[in-house]
Amino acid sequence: MSDNGKKSFKLMIVDDSNIMRRRIERSNQFEELELVGTAGNGIEAIEMFKKMDPDVVTMDLTMPQMDGIECISKLVALKPAIRILVISALADKATAVEAMEKGANGFLNKPFTDRQLNEAIADLMR
Amino acid sequence: MLQEQELKTFVEGTTNYFEVAAQQPASIGSPYLTDSPPSVHDYTGVISISGKREGVVYFTAPKAMLTVLLMKMQENDFSHETMRDLVGEVANTISGNARRDFGRDFVISVPSVLSGERPDVPQKPGSRSFVIPINWRSHSAKLIVSLT
Repeated sequence: MSDNGKKSFKLMIVDDSNIMRRRIERSNQFEELELVGTAGNGIEAIEMFKKMDPDVVTMDLTMPQMDGIECISKLVALKPAIRILVISALADKATAVEAMEKGANGFLNKPFTDRQLNEAIADLMR
Repeated sequence: MLQEQELKTFVEGTTNYFEVAAQQPASIGSPYLTDSPPSVHDYTGVISISGKREGVVYFTAPKAMLTVLLMKMQENDFSHETMRDLVGEVANTISGNARRDFGRDFVISVPSVLSGERPDVPQKPGSRSFVIPINWRSHSAKLIVSLT
């Protein structure tokens, strides 16, 4: 629980772009969502996940070394209750369906507005 | 070779990127076809395409334009690395969005980035490129699509 009595969530941001990681961090309007780590690919994400045990993850898909789809499967295996928002440029329906089947809870296409991001995160935390 | 409707996908993707990410629309010039490798600006983000289509999509822009784009995105790091990051992200976003029309067999690579004088832009011998001119604020950039 946070100081104001609201339930708090730990956030991890996974994206191979530093600009996108900072953008997502800056756009976050939720006091109860605390950034605990960032990662630039799936392998880093799994290491960070094991250390920081986040509740909410934003996940890019096209990344070097380990892509987001594979990473989602591994994170869900580690923590089935994890909530994952995919944030990706890949705009075809089949990719969104695959991500959801692997365990993602939401899908937001790049580019996005702050409002779209916050609405998607709010949906995730409900 | 790119069909007219396919070209429209990239034009719309470019327009959408600037409208949403930069909160200011870009005007798109008339696309044109070229046989020779098009000239590039200071930074170029390159996406290799494989699967049902093969080739490259790249976004090339001058440093001055990227600086303003970063400002519009509330970014305060204007380093060389951030410029490289941005052109890669723009190329990745426009190429990834194209899968809405091309489908998932339009496989995109992670971005590679070229910068500096006369970078060697990858192009298959004999291939032709569509150049989509982008005008945003007082700056000009290009999206180049070379697909077989």
